[in-house]
Amino acid sequence: MSNAIKKIEGITKESTQEMIDKALEVYPEKAKKKRVPHLAPNDGVSACVKSNRKTVPGVMSARGCAYAGAKGVVWGPIRDMVHVSHGPVGCGWYSWGTRRNLMTGINGVNQFAMQFTSDFQEKDIVYGGDKKLKTLLQEAHELFPLAKGISVLSECPVGLIGDDINSVAKQSSKELDIPIIPCNCEGFRGVSQSLGHHISNDTIRDHIIGTREFAEPETPYDIALIGDYNIGGDVWSVKPLLEEIGLNVKAVWTGDGELEKIAATHKVKLNIIHCYRSMNYMCRVMEEKYGIPWLEFNFFGPTKIRESLRAIAERFDDKIKENVERVIAKYDPIMQAVIDEYRPRLEGKKVMLYVGGLRPRHTVNAYADLGMVVVGSGYEFAHGDDYERTSPEMPEATVIYDDASEHELEEFVNTLRPDLVGSGIKEKYLFQKMGVPFRQMHSWDYSGPYHAYNGFPIFARDVDMAVNSPTWKLVKSPF
Amino acid sequence: MTAEAAVKYVTEIPEEEVKRVAEWINTEEYKEKNFARQALVINPPHACQPLGAELAAHGFEGTLPFVHGSQGCASYYRSTLNRHFREPAPAVSDSMTEDGAVFGGQNNLHEALENAYTIYKPKMMAIFTSCMPEIIGDDLTAFIKNARNKECVPQDFPLPYANTPSFNGSHIHGYDAMLLSILQTLTEGKQVEGRCTGKLNLIPGFDANTGNYREYKRILKEFGIPYTMLADISETFDSPLDGTYRTYPGGTKLDDAADSINGKATLTLGPYATAKTFTWIKDNFSGKHVSMPTPFGVEKTDALLLKLSELFGKPVPESLKAERGRAVDAITDAHQYIHGKKFALYGDPDYLMGYVSFLLEVGAKPYHILCSKGTKKVEKELQALLDSSQDGKDGKIYINKDLWHMRSLLMTDPVDAIIGDTHGKFAARDANIPLFRFGFPNFDRVNLHRYPLIGYQGVINMMTTICNKFIEIRDETCEERHFEMMR
Repeated sequence: MSNAIKKIEGITKESTQEMIDKALEVYPEKAKKKRVPHLAPNDGVSACVKSNRKTVPGVMSARGCAYAGAKGVVWGPIRDMVHVSHGPVGCGWYSWGTRRNLMTGINGVNQFAMQFTSDFQEKDIVYGGDKKLKTLLQEAHELFPLAKGISVLSECPVGLIGDDINSVAKQSSKELDIPIIPCNCEGFRGVSQSLGHHISNDTIRDHIIGTREFAEPETPYDIALIGDYNIGGDVWSVKPLLEEIGLNVKAVWTGDGELEKIAATHKVKLNIIHCYRSMNYMCRVMEEKYGIPWLEFNFFGPTKIRESLRAIAERFDDKIKENVERVIAKYDPIMQAVIDEYRPRLEGKKVMLYVGGLRPRHTVNAYADLGMVVVGSGYEFAHGDDYERTSPEMPEATVIYDDASEHELEEFVNTLRPDLVGSGIKEKYLFQKMGVPFRQMHSWDYSGPYHAYNGFPIFARDVDMAVNSPTWKLVKSPF
Repeated sequence: MTAEAAVKYVTEIPEEEVKRVAEWINTEEYKEKNFARQALVINPPHACQPLGAELAAHGFEGTLPFVHGSQGCASYYRSTLNRHFREPAPAVSDSMTEDGAVFGGQNNLHEALENAYTIYKPKMMAIFTSCMPEIIGDDLTAFIKNARNKECVPQDFPLPYANTPSFNGSHIHGYDAMLLSILQTLTEGKQVEGRCTGKLNLIPGFDANTGNYREYKRILKEFGIPYTMLADISETFDSPLDGTYRTYPGGTKLDDAADSINGKATLTLGPYATAKTFTWIKDNFSGKHVSMPTPFGVEKTDALLLKLSELFGKPVPESLKAERGRAVDAITDAHQYIHGKKFALYGDPDYLMGYVSFLLEVGAKPYHILCSKGTKKVEKELQALLDSSQDGKDGKIYINKDLWHMRSLLMTDPVDAIIGDTHGKFAARDANIPLFRFGFPNFDRVNLHRYPLIGYQGVINMMTTICNKFIEIRDETCEERHFEMMR
């Protein structure tokens, strides 16, 4: 049972609508009209806001692009592949190591958390970069012989000049005898990073899945962990827990992931998915094509971990069910100790969230476990089904925002005066200048893991550290 | 072949194979292969033009950087500046998508100008391009003219723009292009015959160290020289935390920037990042024009002070003379910990010149010198610097190489330390040597951008950081019987 608070004193549908209206006052008419459907008080049942629409030009949006979704989220975290940012130098440089998807292995030997680019110059724009790509793939293969494959992630110019990376990849793949996956994820495609996730999933479908099988015999407990990107080591917290309940995690998509294991995922018995937004596409493909069922879960905070573990156990036999109960019984006291330590310091504190794929809804209960209440939530790049899942998690009439602009968030924070804002790097310093405690909830603010039982104590500590830091008391000077 | 035989299984790479390759990548043979690369670039330490353009734009009062292109680009530039300075970096994009690719970006530009002008109330919007409009050939001159006619912004609202294609040059060239356009826009029609502001225009170039800007100002104040610092990011990216968010906390006053054309003298420091701007200034600004290297180290600082003295007919103040003495004292006291140490260096040309100069004057050896985006001119100037000292004779220059090349150099021909930015940490770790983060960006250490590297104070800061690190290493690694009170 969820323990989230369902009503908040002082917040009504009217008060929230009034706050929204005020935030929109400053916009020109046309922009206002575009923004209105994306902001609403939570009705508790539906996707009350419109989403996955074009960003209004000229507003400070937090959104990225399709390339960011493909490189930073889906492909980038696969550790045993070379990921080529195909195009000018910038995109690869900016996305280099900034998402904190940690990896095992030796850098440059069997792990490639590096920045590979074709560094397009003017002549590549004029004459095309296909020839360069072909040479580059050969060089990458020679310099990194243990790389299991290469992904080619196209930046804006590649699509605009009409380079055919697909045929180069196909030919080179044959010549070098390794998988080379072309991914047409140019940044101008779609409205946000979300299309990049989708396109990448399609490339996994077309080029990878079903091309390998696990060497060891199948068991009824073979599962895949989908949509965990190992931010700050999240996977290293989740995988052992799943193994503790008796499941075999055969593949991880894609945090610290391995290409061949991903390629053999069609042989597992169940896919469990954390980041629904970025990878539901592939779960559906595997369900349709290979009959693999899938299940959403949430490993933030003991309440949701407990719920999720039991839901996972439901898909298996008594052995797993017993293991789950044993594991819950083992960790509950440990989690209670965390709650006992931090809850008195955080009780009743208000949180506002604005993040990416799953956290605006997944973390709501983790805060509730600490006695905190989320008074506003929203996504940079969600779709309707995400908001449908968010609405029941959020207290009634609290504000929900889609692709919020910095101005809107500023207005909401000014009105609601939360004790903590959880959002991204672009928002962080703005709110800290206002004296509002902040945690980066894309990157765990250089901390982590936050997932599963190992993550919750760290999450609790970090939230407390932000909210109760004595430094905030110094903000107002005595003179 | 049977169907069964065709199944490909998941295979693990054998331990010994991993070990073999791990050793191989440290060899001469690998280095040769690595240096033979023609197309692949690995770990380049430079960004693309628009990032520099945004930095320049942030240096002006009430200025909103405006990215004409895909929204993801703007997001990346902002994040990078946020991470380096740990400060807000407000900027907008006109969010061009597929239809922009087909029909051009004029509609996006117009809508965005109107929205941004209304919502964020800037005094100027500095427009620069990312890849997409550069490739489809958007005509910004026409678009902007049309925007004014459509009243997206008032007729006289300043809208400097710069073409900053990402497939050309690096962040320093974008900085130059944007700065040039801003100055051209603001100074247009502002030249007054016979007027002299009596002020010095100081242009620091692409410099992401807010402490440097403050240090320049302090030096000028000591001199009593009135000045206008152009593209002054010191307040923008080092604003006080007092409970109020200000969208535009700093920057050069637009009036001052406009009047800079009537200055007594203009001094650019960081010639590679201001080449075009300086050329234009020479032809258009009143007064004297001087371009000098970034003042890293005692000699280059001396040269700056002498130049200021000459330009304004004022003697170098006693306070700065004393400061020079203190800096020389500081490096003489510490030189034994750095003398003869070999360094690998990489970064932007202006910074590289400074590192080499500083190292040579304290008795260290600049050894592997790598510029990932350089020219023959950069190479020649670096070589001349090396040739100026006995300690420079072994130094080797690598132009247009990346940090994977650097790694090969470190493994096959080791040095004692690296000077660079955060991105060098992987190579430094593999080589087991310290990395001094004097460049941009610095994501993984706090507050460094507040410590000036220029001027005599910069000399003390660099020397202190480097020497204490070497002392620390000695303390941490020496045998117990050599663990001493005194170092």
